[in-house]
Amino acid sequence: MRNSAVSVDGLRVRRGGREVVSGVSFEIAAGAVTGLLGPSGCGKTTVMRSIVGVQIVAGGRVTVLGEPAGSPALRRKIGYATQDPAVYSDLTVTESLRYFAAILRAPSSDVDRVIASVGLETEAHKLIGALSGGEHSRANLAIALLGKPELLVLDEPTVGLDPVLRDSLWGLFRSLAAAGTTLLVSSHVMDEAARCDRLLLMRDGLLLTDDTPDGLRDRTGSADLEQAFLHLIREQEAARP
Amino acid sequence: MNPVLAFATARRILTQLRHDPRTVVMLIIVPSLLMVLLRYVLNSPRLFSATAPALLGVFPFLIMFLITSVTTLRERTTATLERLMTLPIGRLDLLFGYALAFGGLAVVQVAVAAGVSVTWLGLDVRGSLWLLMLIAVLDALLGMALGLFVSAFARTEFQAIQFMPVFVLPQILLCGLFVARASMGWVLHWLSNVMPLSYAVEALGRVTTSSTVDITLVRDLLVVAGCALLALVLGAATLRRRTP
Repeated sequence: MRNSAVSVDGLRVRRGGREVVSGVSFEIAAGAVTGLLGPSGCGKTTVMRSIVGVQIVAGGRVTVLGEPAGSPALRRKIGYATQDPAVYSDLTVTESLRYFAAILRAPSSDVDRVIASVGLETEAHKLIGALSGGEHSRANLAIALLGKPELLVLDEPTVGLDPVLRDSLWGLFRSLAAAGTTLLVSSHVMDEAARCDRLLLMRDGLLLTDDTPDGLRDRTGSADLEQAFLHLIREQEAARP
Repeated sequence: MNPVLAFATARRILTQLRHDPRTVVMLIIVPSLLMVLLRYVLNSPRLFSATAPALLGVFPFLIMFLITSVTTLRERTTATLERLMTLPIGRLDLLFGYALAFGGLAVVQVAVAAGVSVTWLGLDVRGSLWLLMLIAVLDALLGMALGLFVSAFARTEFQAIQFMPVFVLPQILLCGLFVARASMGWVLHWLSNVMPLSYAVEALGRVTTSSTVDITLVRDLLVVAGCALLALVLGAATLRRRTP
């Protein structure tokens, strides 16, 4: 597949003596929004960490934008937002972003641009530690947007946000994808799945399915994606000896 | 190694401290207050002049060890370190950023403590005051580098603070501050010989009692600087791009 931004082949990861990702393979199309869905603890974060190149893997191959995951050349091309905000809570939003912009050699105008895209203009000069949970995770997301990355890996970016804000962030993700950015967004809320171009469903360290939302609905015969997911789980369990 | 990134990191750390004025004030004032206390506890200018130089090295060593181990541990546990490791910044850029920020802070701390000791408390320095400052700042950097290194072995801030009695107090007990190193038994003397603080304290003693820069003083300086650099490199080895 020539236009795939990420290619994961037979990925296995062991953490704390047990296998948390057991042979997962998939491709992520460039310039699209791919949703990585599944209950918490199913291995989503581990898969994302492997793509970003900070996870010690036990086996398999992960290729990102044509290079092995973790290559130095990729550090400028990937924007990564962890689930727990990785930001300096004793800095203001602007100060924190300025530091990360300096590391990425991004122009200083980038700081204002990303603050505006996550809607934190009025909080720009507040200490991150004094922000609400939702504002905190938006500050975390803003860092990932610095320097126009080609691939965005966002781990549960919309957790704890009100519906209006969630809608506007999904609008942002769609417009980034339209401009050619590849996005991998994890979530455990099924209603967000409908907004993705393609869905990867995980459970217990395995990939259950890799399909479009419509394809999934057709295949399982349920209009609701939550129901479709349940259908797949039952199918998987029935297939087990 | 990119100086721009080291400076950006130093600026970030100093900005974080700027939002915490209480810590900054304590960092700068506490060593001087302790020197004043020491002067009146000893109640003798001669005794003070014999003890104070060693403490000018010990205080920054101790304080920098504590604040660096806690700051780096925080960086590790809040995942900001993991984020930095996904970005185009080298481990040495990060470490030199730390060294610049805390080294700069140590300069201010030592300058205030030495200034108070010399002008008010009657500390008599025969050698160069600049050399005294240089040794004290090297001590601070040594404490910083050790703090950074041990933070890799702590999971919580409680544990990080507990490393202080393990790594720092034996050095203070054996550095010649309480008992002359020459009068120690061979085991303790050997231990004292492999601890970098002993060389720093010896150098500080020499600078205050004599104005000549001899070969021992130069050796002491090189040992302290070498140990600080070694601890910094060991610290760099504990910053991993990939973790389990």
